[in-house]
Amino acid sequence: MELDFGFNEEQLMIRDLARQIAKEKVVPARAKYDEEQKFPWDVINQIAASDLFGVFIDTEYGGCAEGNGITNMCIVTEELSKACGGIALAFAGTGLGTLPIILSASEEQKQKYLPDIASGKRLAAFGLTEPNAGSDAAAIRTTAVKDGDDYIINGTKQWITNGGDAEIYTVFAVTDKTKGARGASCFVVELGTPGFSIGKKEDKFGIRASSTTELIFEDCRVPATDMIGKPGTGFMTAMKTFDASRPGVGSQALGIAAGALELAVDYSRERIQFGKPVSSNQGLQWMMADMAMQVEAARALIYATARTIDNPKGRATKFSAMSKCFASDMSVQVCLDAIQIFGGYGYMKEYPIEKYLRDAKITQIYEGTNQIQRDEIASALIKESAQRK
Amino acid sequence: MALNIVVCMKQVPDTTEVRINPETNTLIRDGVDSIINPFDTYAIEEAVRLCERVEGSKTTILSMGPPQVESSLKDALSVGADEVVLLSDREFAGADTWATSYTLAAAMKKLKPDLIITGKQAIDGDTAQVGPGIAVHLDMPQVCYVSKIREINDEVAIVERLLEDGHEVVEVKLPAVLTVVKEINEPRLPSLKGKMKAKKTAVTVWTNDDLDTDPECLGLTGSPTQVSKIFSPPKRGGGEMIDGENAQEKAETVVAKLKELQVI
Ligand SMILES: Cc1cc2nc3c(=O)[nH]c(=O)nc-3n(C[C@@H](O)[C@H](O)[C@H](O)COP(=O)(O)OP(=O)(O)OC[C@H]3O[C@@H](n4cnc5c(N)ncnc54)[C@H](O)[C@@H]3O)c2cc1C
Ligand SMILES: Cc1cc2nc3c(=O)[nH]c(=O)nc-3n(C[C@H](O)[C@H](O)[C@H](O)COP(=O)(O)OP(=O)(O)OC[C@H]3O[C@@H](n4cnc5c(N)ncnc54)[C@H](O)[C@@H]3O)c2cc1C
Repeated sequence: MELDFGFNEEQLMIRDLARQIAKEKVVPARAKYDEEQKFPWDVINQIAASDLFGVFIDTEYGGCAEGNGITNMCIVTEELSKACGGIALAFAGTGLGTLPIILSASEEQKQKYLPDIASGKRLAAFGLTEPNAGSDAAAIRTTAVKDGDDYIINGTKQWITNGGDAEIYTVFAVTDKTKGARGASCFVVELGTPGFSIGKKEDKFGIRASSTTELIFEDCRVPATDMIGKPGTGFMTAMKTFDASRPGVGSQALGIAAGALELAVDYSRERIQFGKPVSSNQGLQWMMADMAMQVEAARALIYATARTIDNPKGRATKFSAMSKCFASDMSVQVCLDAIQIFGGYGYMKEYPIEKYLRDAKITQIYEGTNQIQRDEIASALIKESAQRK
Repeated sequence: MALNIVVCMKQVPDTTEVRINPETNTLIRDGVDSIINPFDTYAIEEAVRLCERVEGSKTTILSMGPPQVESSLKDALSVGADEVVLLSDREFAGADTWATSYTLAAAMKKLKPDLIITGKQAIDGDTAQVGPGIAVHLDMPQVCYVSKIREINDEVAIVERLLEDGHEVVEVKLPAVLTVVKEINEPRLPSLKGKMKAKKTAVTVWTNDDLDTDPECLGLTGSPTQVSKIFSPPKRGGGEMIDGENAQEKAETVVAKLKELQVI
């Protein structure tokens, strides 16, 4: 039984297809990629062959979205995350890297980059964070200095998802030091551009199938035509991107939780103690009921937010922050409880459940920590109150 | 050169353990999803790959069965088949392998393929006779257990047959019937565009009126074999472990038991 979110026929096809890939390609491969910390190219190639990289890109740019790209992105991310939150991130990270182009690029730039992303030929990545600029993204020090018709980029980005495997990077750099947050701009930089290299690759706690690397820019020359939007609008673009992408992080967290819940319920019916399945204990039944309610509440919030963003194309800052924050807090708790239901077996790497918790944890951190999300929600509440007066 | 390929596809219950109603001796289909016969997914994939290899080629899927087979034909479209034809008529019902291959062969006369590909066998009926049967009805050469199509042009195909102790390389004149084993390829998953196309593509349904057949050869009437009883073989009981201090003692116990059973 599933709640009805009014998905159209094509969205149901997208969901079924993502579900099939998750079951047939992700589940058998996830332990290997987690263990070896390798990028899941074979699954990514399947996602591409099944046209799923096009779900968040409108039809005029080679995708299949019809003004419903954010909902579509959430559907695919949720389904893949049910099987593996790390493998799902190669997909969702491409969505994040592409959003600045979708939201702020010129027609020409969209025609140049979006079709290759929609076909899955090239992956994308989003480069904002630096060693000294995490939550305080306005503190970035990477610079882009105008030189004739080009900009010359210098600096180092850190912890960039899909680093090295993506070919199209949306990168944020300071073009005017005197203007603070209004002095940053967004650029598209392609892998292979002289002066752009991939630095350290991180060894991580969870989402180990996803690559997380440094991006190093040393006198990297990019044409001014690869700047997205006007000079100084970089932060606007980054914030607009987060408003659209955070339900995606929410759906990753949601998928991880839903997957963990399903495994836990299945296991509870198989594990016999005191001569009966552990699922017959009310103590566990009520835990599972609470987990299921939390999962459905997150799902309802996420898809309502996604629909709000898609139609009309407005901003939904507060709801996006809620989707990400609620779903990720929920996900970590549900995964903890799922391990509890598995007992000692759940603590062992031989079973898939401990990985769900490791994968869930990141969703409370990236694309703005949950402290930052609560800041966003509270400031929206206060602003709305002030406007009512 | 362009190939006109027809793949025969049977819809089967989604279980390798077919359950049988002991009273009626018929299959229990309740609560069992229908799928494309797994061996036929390899046949479909191989045909689609040939179409990708040989420009201008076309894959048609042919199936005989009740109207519900349409859902499996749609699945075949979503992984790249170009057209699908369903043979559905009460007159075809109850066909054995002879009548099934006769009817499929009659449809082939209309479709005029250069190449016919079938699965090695169906996971429910399990006879592996329909592919060869079609070849006989059409007087075409047949190659069974194909694990690789090395080369193909509009006159001949060079294929590898999987045998128990190795491969046999066969050159066969076209048109021909090939039955394929699972080693031949890894079937792809559907694409979204494929699913959209499947939704829009209509299933062509042919009844007996569309074919040139002898009514005496169709369905139950045309079937020389009639299945009188289908049953699950009784489960074998567990064996008995014989314990003993040493080999001598164990052997003595075995001999004693065999004597008791009057085996020796
Ligand atoms: C459990 C069971 C047992 C049966 N036993 C017998 C029997 O012993 N003798 C007998 O004569 N009949 C038998 N039949 C009835 C008969 O209807 C067969 O199911 C049918 O002729 C196909 O034979 P098969 O399933 O063995 O297919 P196989 O010959 O094993 O199938 C080989 C290939 O032929 C193609 N093919 C088979 N059927 C179709 C179809 N309907 N449409 C399109 N392509 C097809 C597929 O490509 C398939 O991979 C049995 C049926 C069942 C369900
Ligand atoms: C695996 C991984 C993948 C990532 N992928 C990307 C990517 O693709 N692209 C990209 O640009 N970035 C990426 N990031 C960076 C990520 O977005 C940042 O880690 C995140 O924004 C937090 O920054 P920080 O880690 O520097 O934490 P800090 O900002 O140092 O925060 C430390 C602690 O202080 C709290 N804190 C900070 N400021 C406040 C405040 N004002 N009020 C209350 N509490 C506060 C935080 O919530 C946190 O608990 C990734 C990070 C990881 C770990």
